[in-house]
Parts: sequence; structure tokens; C-alpha cells
Amino acid sequence: MGVRHVAVAPREGHADPSGARARRDVLLALASDPGVVRTAKVYTFSPALPEAEAEYLACVALCDAGTNEASVGPTRPPSGARSFLAIDKRPGVTDDEAQTLRTVLADAFERSRPGTRRVASRDVYWFEASHSRAVLERIARDVLGNPLVHVLTFGDVASYADPELPPEPGEASAVATIRLPEDDDGLVALSERRLLALDLAEMRAMAVYFGLPATRRAREAAGLPAEPTDGELECIAQTWSEHCQHKEFNARISFRDNESGRSFDIDSLFRTYIVAATRTVERELAAWGQDWLLKVFDDNAGVVRIDDERVFVWKVETHNSPSAVDPYGGAITGILGNNRDPLGTGRGGGRLLFNTDVLCFGPPDYDRPLLPGQLHPRRVFAGVRRGIEDGGNKSGIPTVNGSILFDDRFAGKPLVFCGTGSVAPASAGGRRWWEKEVSEGDRIFMVGGRVGKDGIHGATFSSLALGAEAPRSAVQIGSPYMQKLVADFLEDASARGLVKCATDNGAGGLSSSVGELARLSGGAEVELERVPLKYAGVAPWEIFVSESQERMTLVVAEEDAAAFAALAAAYDVEATDVGRFTSSGTLRATHSGSPVVHLDLDFLHRGTPRKHLEAEWAAPDVAEPEVPAGLDWTRVLRDLLGSYSLCSRAAVVRQFDHEIKGRTVVKPLMGRSGEGPQDAAVLRLDWETYRGVAVSNGICPRYGDIDPYAMSAAAFDEAVRQIVAVGGRLPRPGAEEPAFWSANDNFCLPNVVHDEASNPDGRTKLGKLVRMCEALFDMAVAYRVPLTSGKDSMKNDFRAGGRTISVPPTVLYSIAAGIPDVRRCVTADFQAAGDAIYVVGRTNDELGGSEFYRWLGALGRNVPRVAPDAARERYRRLSEAIAGGHVASCHDVSDGGLAVALFESAMGGEFGIDVDVGDVAPGERPHVALFSETASRFVVSVPPAEKGAFESVLGGEAVLVGRVIAEREMRLSMGACSLVAAELASLAEAWRNGLEAVL
Amino acid sequence: MSAIRALVLTGCGIHSEEETAAGYRLAGAEAHVVHIGRLLRGEIRVERFDVVHIPGGFSFGDDLGAGRALANRMRARRIPGGGTLLDGLGRVTADGGMVVGICNGFQVLVQLGLVPNVGGRGEPEASLVSNSSGRFEDRWVRLRANARSPFRLWDEDRPLEAPVRHGQGRLVFRDDAVRDEVVRRGLDLFSYCDAAGVPTVLYPANPNGSPRGVAALCDPAGGAFGMMPHPENHLSAFVHPDWPRRRREQGGGEEGDGVAVFRGVVRRVAERKGLGGTER
Repeated sequence: MGVRHVAVAPREGHADPSGARARRDVLLALASDPGVVRTAKVYTFSPALPEAEAEYLACVALCDAGTNEASVGPTRPPSGARSFLAIDKRPGVTDDEAQTLRTVLADAFERSRPGTRRVASRDVYWFEASHSRAVLERIARDVLGNPLVHVLTFGDVASYADPELPPEPGEASAVATIRLPEDDDGLVALSERRLLALDLAEMRAMAVYFGLPATRRAREAAGLPAEPTDGELECIAQTWSEHCQHKEFNARISFRDNESGRSFDIDSLFRTYIVAATRTVERELAAWGQDWLLKVFDDNAGVVRIDDERVFVWKVETHNSPSAVDPYGGAITGILGNNRDPLGTGRGGGRLLFNTDVLCFGPPDYDRPLLPGQLHPRRVFAGVRRGIEDGGNKSGIPTVNGSILFDDRFAGKPLVFCGTGSVAPASAGGRRWWEKEVSEGDRIFMVGGRVGKDGIHGATFSSLALGAEAPRSAVQIGSPYMQKLVADFLEDASARGLVKCATDNGAGGLSSSVGELARLSGGAEVELERVPLKYAGVAPWEIFVSESQERMTLVVAEEDAAAFAALAAAYDVEATDVGRFTSSGTLRATHSGSPVVHLDLDFLHRGTPRKHLEAEWAAPDVAEPEVPAGLDWTRVLRDLLGSYSLCSRAAVVRQFDHEIKGRTVVKPLMGRSGEGPQDAAVLRLDWETYRGVAVSNGICPRYGDIDPYAMSAAAFDEAVRQIVAVGGRLPRPGAEEPAFWSANDNFCLPNVVHDEASNPDGRTKLGKLVRMCEALFDMAVAYRVPLTSGKDSMKNDFRAGGRTISVPPTVLYSIAAGIPDVRRCVTADFQAAGDAIYVVGRTNDELGGSEFYRWLGALGRNVPRVAPDAARERYRRLSEAIAGGHVASCHDVSDGGLAVALFESAMGGEFGIDVDVGDVAPGERPHVALFSETASRFVVSVPPAEKGAFESVLGGEAVLVGRVIAEREMRLSMGACSLVAAELASLAEAWRNGLEAVL
Repeated sequence: MSAIRALVLTGCGIHSEEETAAGYRLAGAEAHVVHIGRLLRGEIRVERFDVVHIPGGFSFGDDLGAGRALANRMRARRIPGGGTLLDGLGRVTADGGMVVGICNGFQVLVQLGLVPNVGGRGEPEASLVSNSSGRFEDRWVRLRANARSPFRLWDEDRPLEAPVRHGQGRLVFRDDAVRDEVVRRGLDLFSYCDAAGVPTVLYPANPNGSPRGVAALCDPAGGAFGMMPHPENHLSAFVHPDWPRRRREQGGGEEGDGVAVFRGVVRRVAERKGLGGTER
């Protein structure tokens, strides 16, 4: 006899916080109170657990001082329960609690490693109300569970039964051969059937390769059939995926500007604009004698120099498609995957320093009918928020900066940008840390999690439009705990010089990570039967392409393999030697000696046919709106401050740990009130020096509806000026201590490939992308800020029920910059009554795409346009004033314009303001001064004693507009005419409640 | 005179070892960051240290309850050469040393029954459960030191300031008798207090709803102590959320309030061990 189930639940009479939270979530999502909810956790064991072990769990391990109680044997519903919902994880979905329980048993019963007994955890929700099956199903599918990752059981309480674990699948080692059809229709059908996401030209190129006499000879010699195996087809599809190949950014493009009449060809957007901008900046830096730019574009993250001992590494990327179908799993996997980019750069390791997240959702009160498969934006928001909380907090990485945007067009696919910065040693084992090294004979180690069927087709999945049916296998849930163990180990192993090269197992799994690294030595061989599996029944091709999380591929010299493996064991990390690098010119994989994959490396990496695309641009037909006379500006400001776009983010930000490591000098929320929003975040790097890094984000998709060039330029400028606002200084000749700057670009677009039937405006969308890239080049070169890494996500469309929801073309610029002395940084909150308030930078009638026009229900035409040369000079002066100690506070003016920036600075410091905006935009109507979103501007406060010095440094760039006052009031006037007069508290109430109510 | 030796535990999802070690160093102690695996394999013994500190983090991802799996490991896993880590901790405190836990480490100490331990039998007498708000909270709080405690880690008149960042920090005592004994003996070292310095149960000054605002506990002998807020996140004055204004108004040094807690631990261990002082 043994015990098959152990349940843990809050003791009756004690609070049940999980139940209370579930009740609130249901109420918010379905606008109907489900009544009292109580929860339980049920653990199922197969084979059954010896009674002594079950007793240990119930009486010691799972029991605490009276708040919970554990029961052994069949689970009994609590008294008063009338109906239930049980949530089990689908086979292969990460179940950390079950894993931990196995560890707990191993600890207590003297086993060095958890045994083979399977354990699964289940969440049960007991309802006091007798809900119908229909209601329970809605709660299950739409609120508490997700059929993609969960098995949902519900019904009357009498029908409750504990789960049984399904039998383990049998071995699946067969390798299948796939016949390549000879006709085009057949090739396209094959691509669709197997979710390869390859187009006709690519399928043809593949067919040509397999038909070549040389290929046939090589395959025969390797014991493979002439037709491709399933593993080869999948390996090619992953390697050639949009996700891995950036096909649009590498395409040849014929561009026609219908405005100016100019037309020209572009030989790769990536090379023409992004690489070229960085090379231009690099040349200038070299001329100035600055050598901090170390590695750009050709690794998982960009690398710049902090000082002689350390380098800064960082990467920002998106995780949109997974977040659309499973918001929690998508976001947490996105963060952890992004963490592995710096960890998998150069020789690997280093220490993760911060996360930053930028999120674009449909509005929480979205009220259009949902398309099949579409999740409500509020649910996406809640799930992504929770994923970021767990992904960051449970990894011990502070989430220091970010942004949340709302627009109806993000209701199909949200945009989830995750960024991670790290600090690594400049040298490891006596060699440059950032340089990857692979030679013939080096061993391939897979480190971290095991491989299952989860995350198969992630790369190809994200290269397709989303529809009603998402492939279940593409969804996965990350384990921050597992990854933390790997990160701790890798930091040590790399520092000891045991790692020659590291990379992440992300999109495409082993096929991509080994396939990429094989280019350095000229070949690789993987023995798939050595790869540790989560469970039996994973086919060889699945082992090769699975994206199961928390795995790194590390290259270890043969003579170091034993020491490396021993160190991994000491960190409780599984590290397996799965093959070796060769110089054979081929990527090979075998399973128990049988060939699975045998592909020519050159073909694999360079055989993708280049796309030739057409693009055009014509300015949209837009006009400025009539701004009604007699508006109540106080009311307008209150409305804006309470809007989803501009309201306080504190309710979200406080659920993200931004303090851990104790070195966050400029945090997301600061000031006397502790709630003043800040611009860039600043982290100190250690306790011995005052060096730090500032990090910022710039994004403004609405401007792109008027002009994508202006949008891209404004986004770049926003990221730069946020860093200038805290005290960062742009690259310049003759700097005493030159500080690095490092930008990431992330483009998110709908499908830009023209198709007469399915995408008739594809050329225009691609034209927008071209204009965005032109602005990228112009801004990066003007500011001397190099792009060091980036990503593009090119299929952000949701198609279902005959409708398509496409994101607006969007670019996010994320910038990090070195700060020589964090003590000289300034924050955005006002510091003292009597300080003078200046607006730095001129204000134009530029409300196109502004929040004020959105309030009016209009778009407008006069989009903010950046003048980068004038802005650079202004930034130089402002930086000098901050460095000289003349500035008390500085806040970037962005969404919502001057009035909103003034409010935020006042709110942070708990001061009032008395400001006359008459000189801000002379000759313009009040709304221009209050709400124009002209770029490159700041609100600066200056102590009275510093006014003279400040003005002389700023020259004509600063306009004195008023002063900080002790009374907590917003007084804004234009000459004698009062515009806004309100208690800070009354505005703050609207501002604070914007998101609180929907979370 | 040799410096106090502090062992700062890491591994198993502990996150704050780096700043915790910095705290001890700033307080004049030697800090050794040691992976728990080395202790469990018997390579290093906790008894060689004057202070054993379990830092914050998410040990085992908080699966099964905050701090529970790590507590189980420390209580159940046999170390080659005899005993468990918990046995070793007992010897550390019996020898005049201290066992300290912050945030997740405090949760571990409570699970292990090391604090408040009013019964003296090392039984779990309290739990740290989900915040009343149902949310993880990152915010700065004010802490008032209890004048009647067995020892003090903060001597200034104003409250000590530090951030909390936790989802499960609400203290629940096993029964009223435990609570009364904790209060009677002043084992509640720190309490969340309002702007006036008065202990409070009101959110947000009290971020989790702990009764009487209790934020920290020690055992009656004063050998074990844990707290939810993070003194190691206030080692420098430049991480306080209002540092620019305060420095302009008050000037002052660069040290944050949190260093005092580490210094207090080091001083207390020196007293308990009769070492008579520490290097400054």
C-alpha cells in the first residue's frame, strides 16, 4: 500500500489569499462575483509514495505553524464547497512545485538525486456557490486556466476526483523520411502542413539542394536516403525562419517615395542603415581615440567596455506571439530567454544587472467582440504583468525601467519587449571574454533543463501570423529557479576559464545553437541519444529542435571537460556532453548511431534565397483638428492624467522588484512622495567605485500614423534625452572619462510582404519600415550612439474569423550609457520651494499624434520632428549644467507634453508650482504650450543661487517659466489668464486610479 | 584582534548574497559567500563562523511555501560526518554566534522554529504568509526599534528606513500565547511605523498587514534574528528614494541606514563571544 495523493490547503477558519485573489480575478474578468473561493494544492505520485514519506510531507515538510494543513489520501473538499475547478498541467509543461517536492523527499530520505517517481501538482478551486458547468468552464478557460497549457476539470463537488498520471509514452526513436513534392503547390502544402513557415522560393531552394549530385553522394556515404529526414526539414526550417534569418531586413528592396518622387534600391535594410550607422559612429569614436565599442551584432548581445576590468553586455528583444496565446508563460519565457542572451555572449556568464520591459496592449476596457482565439487585453495585461513579476523577482534581477502603452491595434498581438543588461569580466582564463572560440575536437555541453516536446516550432511559430489555432507545442513556461542555478554555475565556470564559448538554446533549440557555433570550427556532430529528456517518447528530430527552456550550449576544451562537469555537479546543475565540433563542413546529428541530420553548413546558413520586395511611401491624408475654444484646461489635464496612457504606473511597478542588489540609484518611483515617475534608471555597478549605468527606452507608435520617419526619430530622441535628463553625457571628443553608449533597436511590424489578395498594402507597410530605418541612421549618427544589437519581429498580425488585427509599425530604442559618478545624477522630482522652473528646448505647434489630440478624438498632422543637431548642442549644455551642480531636478517632456511633465515633477516632490507658460510658445494658443509633444525638451528646476550659472551655461536654450511653491497646488497661467488651477491632491487622485482598478 | 567571520549562504535560489556580504564588510566583518552545496557535502562547516546569514531571494522558487523547501533541506539532509545544517546552526548560537535571516531567510528561520522559539523547543510557532494586499510589494518602509528587546540594532531616534520587497511577509502566530510572549519579552525587534514613528497595521506604512506592525523577530536568547525589510538594500545613502532632496537639505555621509544593522549584529556577536569589539 502507498499514498497516491497528498493535499495542502489553508486550514479552515484561516484566510485563503489565493482564493481571495482568484475571486477578484474572476470578478474583474467576468464582471460577476463567483462568491467565496477556497484553494488546495494536490500532489499526485506514481508509483504511490511509501506511507512514511507521505507522513513526513503531511506532518513536517508541508506543514507550518497552523495556517496550512496537509492531508494524505484522497482529497476531501472543504465544508461548504458546492462546485470545483481543477487545473492540471499538460504533460511536459514545467511543473516546478512537483520538482521541488521530489527534491524535498530526496533530502529527507537520503537520496542524492530525486528518483524516478513521478510527481504532478494540481490546483483546485472550491466554490461555495453551486456554479453551472457553463459558468465553471468560462472561469476555467477565460480566467484561471489556459487550455493550451492546462487540463481543466470542473463540475459539481460530488464529482471531484483526484487525478491519475497518464502512462509514460513509449520510446520514439524512429527517423522518418519526407518525400519532397515536385510541384510548387505540393511544396507549399508541405510547408504549411509541417508548420515550416517557408515560402515557395525557400522550399524550391531546399528541393534543389537535395537534388544536387554532390548532396546525393554525401548522403549515400553517410547512410542517409536521398530525400530529407524529418530532422533535416525541421532543422532547415528553424535555421531559415524569419526569427533567425531576419529575411525582410536582409532583403533587396525597391523603394519608391511618392511624395518626393525619388526611388532607389536598398541592398539590405540591416546593412544599409543599422550596420552603416554603427560603423560611421565607430569611425568617429576611433578618431577621438575612444575604444569602448567592443562587439556589435554578431553575438547574442552587444558588448561595450566599462573599464579595464569589466564589460557591459546587453540585449533587448520581443516575445509577442507566445504572450498573445499564453500571456504568463509567454512573458516569463521572454524574460528568462532574454536573460540568456547576455549569459550566452562571448565566453558566457557574467552577472545579470537589470531587466527592463516595454509593453504594448489593447486597452483594458476593450469592448469589441473577441475573435476566435483572441484573449481579452485585460487578461493579456494581467498575465504578462505576472510573468514579468515572476521572471524578474524570482531570478533576483531588478526590473528598473519600462513603459506601458495602450492602443486598440495591440489587442490582437501584444508587444512584449524584454531587455537585460549584465556586467562581465573583460578577460576570462586570460583571454578576452567577449570573443568566442571553437576548434575541432571541442566538446559540446548542454547545460540546465531537460528536453521535452514543449517549445517545438517556436521560431517558425513566431514567423507566422497568429490565428484561432495556436500550436500547443509552441507554448512553454520558464523556470526562474532552474535558470538561476545555471547562471550561478556559468558565472563561476566562465571566470575559471573552463568555457571557450557559450550560447543560449532559444529559438530552434540545439539545431540553432550548435548549428550557429559550428560555423566557427566548420562542423559539428551531436549524439541525440545523450541528451537528457524530461520523459520518454521524444522523437530524435524533436530533441534537435525543441526549445525547452533554461538550457545553454557551452563549448569546452576536451582537456577541461572533466573539471567542467565536476563544477556543474557542485552547483546542482545538469551538464551533459552531447557531441563535438568538427571541421567536416557539415552539421550532423545521430541517434544511437543512426543518422538523423547531415547537412552542408554552407547551404544551411547561406542557402536561404534572398527576398526581393517592393516598398512605397506616400504621406497619409491627415489634417489638424479644430481645437474648440473655451476648454476647461484643468479638466483636460485631469482627464489626461487619469487616462490609461498617462496615469501612474505605480500599481504595476511596485509588483516588480526594483531594489534587489541595493544599487538602484535612480528608480522608477522616487521623491519625497516615493511616487514620482523618473526617466532613465541608474544602477551603480559595485560598492567600491561610483561608476554606474543608465538605461532608458523610447517608443511612440502613434506618431507613425502620420510619419514613420518622425516616429522613429522621436523614439530615438526620447531614449537619448531620458539619459541626458539623469546626467548622462553623449559621446564627445576630449571627454575626461569617456563613457560607453549602447543602443538596441527592436522593430515590430505587421506583415510587410506584398500580396495582392492577402496583404494588398504590404508595399506601404514596408515603405514605413524604410522610413523608420532612415531615421535610425540619421539619429544614431547625429548623436554618435552606436546600435549594438537588436531584433525584428515581422508578422504581428492576428487573423481569425475573416478579420485581421495588425499592430501599428513600431520601433523601440533601448539605450544604456555609462555614468562615471552616480552621485552626480539628478532625478525628476522637484526638490525645494523657491527653486526656479525652466523649460529647456523650444516648443512648437506639434500635437500630431499627441495625447491631447487623442483626448479630442483626433490624430492631427503636425507630428513632432526632431532636429538632432540643435538637440545635441542643447544636450551638451544641459549635461554641463548638471555636471556643474547647477540643476536640482530634470524631467524629460514626452507623452502629454509640458503640463504632464510639470505635474509629475511636482507629484514626486510633493510641491506645488506657479508657472506662466506665456514664453513657452509665444503667439500660440494655450494647448500648444501645455500639451505639445515637441521633442528634445526638459523641465528643469534650479536653486535660486544657481540661476545665473545655469542660464549662462544654457544660453538661449532655457526659458524661465516660474517657481516651485510649498503649497501643493498646480497654478498654470498664460500672462494674466489662468489656465489650470487645482490642488495637487485632486489631480493625483485621478492619476493614481487609472490602472489600480483594472489590476 | 581578529574580525568577526560571517558566512553568507548562497545557492538554491538565494539572490542577495552579494549585497549581504557587502553589508558585513562595511560593518568590519569578514564575509564569506558559501554555496549551500559545500556545506551539505561537508566541505565547510558552519561552526567555523561567528555569524551564519541566510539572505533574501526565492529559495526553490518559493514552491511549497516561502522558505519551506530550504528549511526542509536544512532540517532533514544529513551531512557527511554527522548531523544536519540545523544542528550546525544550533551549535553556532550555543557558542555565542548568531544566525540571521532576511526576507526569504527570515521565512526559513520561522519555518525552522529558530524564531521566535518562545517555547525553547525549536518548533514552528509562527508563519509568514501572503500580504493582506495579495500582492508582491516593493516599497520603502520606516522601522521603529523596540526599546524593550533583548538587544538593539538601531540606536537613533528616527526610524530606520529600508525597502521591503516580498509577497509573503504577514506574520501569523500559532496562537495568542506565542504572540503575548513575543510582546512580553520584546522579541519583536522592529515594527513598521507611520510617519510619526508609531507602529501601525495600516497599509502602506505596514506593507503586509502584520499584526502590531511586527517586521522582525529574535529568539529569547538573542542568538537568532530575522526581519522582512532589507537593510542590505540601504547600504548607501544614494539608494534612498528621496536621496537628492535629503542630501541637499541635510547633507550627511554616504552611509545608508542598513549598515547599522550589520554593525549591530557584529557588535552583538563580539559581546556574546566576549571579543570585546571589532575592527572599524
